[in-house]
Amino acid sequence: MSEQAVLWAAILVSGVASYALKLAGLSVPERVLAHPLATRVAALIPVALLAALIAVQVLGEGRALVLDARVVGLAAAVVMLLLRAPFLVVVFGAAAVAALVRLV
Amino acid sequence: MSTVTASSTSRREVVVDSLGVGIATGAYGVSFGALATASGMDVWQACALSLLVFSGASQFAFAGVIAAGGSPWAGALTSTLLASRNAFYGLALAPRLHLRGWRRLVHAQVVIDESTAMALGQPDDDGERFTRLAFRLTGWSIFVLWNLMTLIGALAGQAMGDPRTFGLDAAVGAAFLALLWPRLTAWPQRIVALIGAAVATGLVPLSPAGVPVILGGVVAVAVGLFIPHAADATDAPAEAGQREAR
Repeated sequence: MSEQAVLWAAILVSGVASYALKLAGLSVPERVLAHPLATRVAALIPVALLAALIAVQVLGEGRALVLDARVVGLAAAVVMLLLRAPFLVVVFGAAAVAALVRLV
Repeated sequence: MSTVTASSTSRREVVVDSLGVGIATGAYGVSFGALATASGMDVWQACALSLLVFSGASQFAFAGVIAAGGSPWAGALTSTLLASRNAFYGLALAPRLHLRGWRRLVHAQVVIDESTAMALGQPDDDGERFTRLAFRLTGWSIFVLWNLMTLIGALAGQAMGDPRTFGLDAAVGAAFLALLWPRLTAWPQRIVALIGAAVATGLVPLSPAGVPVILGGVVAVAVGLFIPHAADATDAPAEAGQREAR
């Protein structure tokens, strides 16, 4: 398969999986998913994965770890979140800060 | 929302609150569109993700893995792991929405953080009228706007050229942090987040792109299960509710 075909296939699979999970929640008898361990794992997954994604996104450059303008952008995001800025302000604010650092 | 009593909640309030959350959330589809094209996907791929996956964190994760040079299948796995929480939202919603047949098939697509929080936030002593109204209005207003804004963001992102000039590569991390932030309500979650970040960082030089995120996530969840947990760590829909409370 070409690179584009693989990308499209992965997008379709993600879509089907996401829909199937939503539908399963509405459809299965409660006891199947209501196990305390399953509930705990479900609550921890977003926390663990989002934190891992932040680290790789901000520090990774291929297989190297680098400190660059992205770290400054993330620090700016922390400040904006502490100030309770809305989502879009945090995202584009961090982009603007990183872009400015690269200009200097 | 839980402090609002049934008698003081009007239909109008539910409509205004739901549309407010819908507009605020749908608007940030523009950032997904821009970041998706910045990661190397085209406009149609960005739009397909919003239409089909329709779960913010999952979509950002997919784009993040692609941006890092990871395999699309690593992106799909990360996206699906993040989407698993929606199954638990469905579980909490099912007894209050009473969706049957084709209605269940249609409305399943909008079982996400925000629609769940708005629906479960309604008082449950009115025959679930407001619960269903809040769920549908919040879910579908987000769906329409999120997809529209994804298209706009993707077109704008493509017109911008090199995403690094505008710092869009830094914006991906900020988007993940903004999604993570309201979940860091107690120490168990904070420790899990630190472990996930540390393990993923350590694995970057050692493994192909996409793998550090998945392994970091798995290790952190495993360790998290051994941390004595606060009550809120077990209540996923309540976490989504806290997101709204901000």
